[in-house]
Amino acid sequence: MAVGTLDSDRLTLASLKGNPGRMRRERAIKALFLLTAVMSIVVSALIVLVLARETWVFVSGVDPASLWTEGWFPRRGLYDVKTLFVGSVLVTAIGMAVAAPLGLGAAVFLSEYARPRVRRILKPMLEILAGIPSVVLGFFALNWISPQIVQRLNEEAALFNLMAAGIGVGILVTPLVASVAEDAMRSVPRALREASYGMGARKVTTSVRVVIPAAVSGLVAAFILGISRAIGETMVVAIAAGASGGSLFSLDVFDRGQTMTAAMAALAGGTDAVKGAGLTFQSLFFVGSLLFVLTLALNLFADRFVRRVRQRY
Amino acid sequence: MVARSATSSPELVRRRLQAGRFDVAGLVFRVLLLAALGITLVLLVTLLADVLSGGWAVLAGRLGDFLTGRLGITPTRVGIGQGLRGTFFIGVFVVLIAFPLGVGAAIYLEEYAPRSRFTRFIDVNIRNLAGVPSVVYGLLGFAIFVKGLQFLTGPDANGATVVSAGLTLAVLVLPIVIITSAEALRAVPENLREAGFGVGATRWEVVRHHVLPYATPGILTGTVLSLARALGEAAPLILVGAVSGFLTEGDSYRLTELRERFTAMPMIIYTWAGRPQAGFRSATAAAIVVLLVVVLLANTVAILLRNKYEKRR
Repeated sequence: MAVGTLDSDRLTLASLKGNPGRMRRERAIKALFLLTAVMSIVVSALIVLVLARETWVFVSGVDPASLWTEGWFPRRGLYDVKTLFVGSVLVTAIGMAVAAPLGLGAAVFLSEYARPRVRRILKPMLEILAGIPSVVLGFFALNWISPQIVQRLNEEAALFNLMAAGIGVGILVTPLVASVAEDAMRSVPRALREASYGMGARKVTTSVRVVIPAAVSGLVAAFILGISRAIGETMVVAIAAGASGGSLFSLDVFDRGQTMTAAMAALAGGTDAVKGAGLTFQSLFFVGSLLFVLTLALNLFADRFVRRVRQRY
Repeated sequence: MVARSATSSPELVRRRLQAGRFDVAGLVFRVLLLAALGITLVLLVTLLADVLSGGWAVLAGRLGDFLTGRLGITPTRVGIGQGLRGTFFIGVFVVLIAFPLGVGAAIYLEEYAPRSRFTRFIDVNIRNLAGVPSVVYGLLGFAIFVKGLQFLTGPDANGATVVSAGLTLAVLVLPIVIITSAEALRAVPENLREAGFGVGATRWEVVRHHVLPYATPGILTGTVLSLARALGEAAPLILVGAVSGFLTEGDSYRLTELRERFTAMPMIIYTWAGRPQAGFRSATAAAIVVLLVVVLLANTVAILLRNKYEKRR
């Protein structure tokens, strides 16, 4: 401890500075924490660097014609990007068609209708669903959703199909959408609801015409984050959509198919990872870059909406 | 008397105000919301029931063998011993690397960082990292740990070792650990810090003796959730090169054998889910039950911890 003499004649600036050893320890600890915080920047930089390097090799070496052909067969030098992109869009669209209504409905119920006791039971159940690993949902999509739901709706559907994968992704994304949307609605001030009730509005009217419009930025953010998560989801599609060798361009959701993520898993899977002719290895990083840029853009976009909610209330 | 209490009952008042009309829209809306939540929960229950009934034969018939056995191609003889070992070590890496780095970064951002553009940059960067798809982390792990640092992570196994996988998953959950820990630190009342400074404590002394003890339950909740997330991730494992077919080594818990080829639970589930033989369906379901027990146990502990902590406030 700094035991400077408290004799007022001798009290100088130096005696107020405290124990130098203690200050040195303080500075060292601060530097250590700064270092840990900077680690996250290092990670980001490495991601960008790694992706950029191999993508550059791919882009500069690839025959542009092979980027727009009849399908994605990386081991044969056919890198049709649109096959994967359309696959991702289809799966994401199906996933959001499931997750948006389920997530929004659950969020409105939890935030506006559920009593605290009911909420305390239901909310953890949603969180348990959020904690289920995606491989597990992939297995469920292949072994239950595909035969029990998809093949009942369409008897000609293959066992491996994009529809089942999309529904599986939707179930996976639902808790995320519900939790972000619920946060947005709960941050709407109580006074707005009271004012609506005071005007004689019913609970439905208050929820639909007052709370939802007031929370709309947050709901948009919930959907965008859901889309971003759905595009980046790998295992459900890798297991339930089949097509591990490659796939032809197709818009049929009842047949096998591939997304950007599943194509990466398929390419890297198998023994000793990525072998193959020419640029097969680099195509992995090329798809990875596309995925990275796409999800980054969506996340930045969603972030803007979340911040708007925070500023308003 | 009876008549008087009836006129003042809220039920009667409401009926009078609605002029005898029944609130159809309100009922429909409520039913829709309940349906959204109901479908979600029914899917969760179906999933759990499906894997439990699918894996029951294996779990009840040969649990001991199954938990200690090795990978293979005969569904009636395969086991997940090597997978449990891989998953255990991945957990160890996450706890030893991601937790200290993540909590350290959170302490820096919440307690030390000045309000500068640099701080804001780190903050935005961390939130974006949390949204990067897990396959992309797989690419990072492949390029940096499997290839770049092969001499450290295991030259004899071409870098495809549990060390690489553990490091990759530690990096993957790092942003989640930072975000949840920062939230827990933010919830610590400011006057606690001011009281500490008031008696002459340094910043580190305040953090160490007052802020951290108060925030520990919150930090623990976040870290346990991210551990569960890491144990269930499969996509990065595929890219890092977890073994899916035969594996002669990989069931020893000795540290000297960390730099050999490996597999982990999510990888086993992914591989087995893709095998056509009927026997593998029940083996996969049984493996899923084991993984879910581990992951959901961690999640439940985290949720209970948080609920207890919230109530105390």
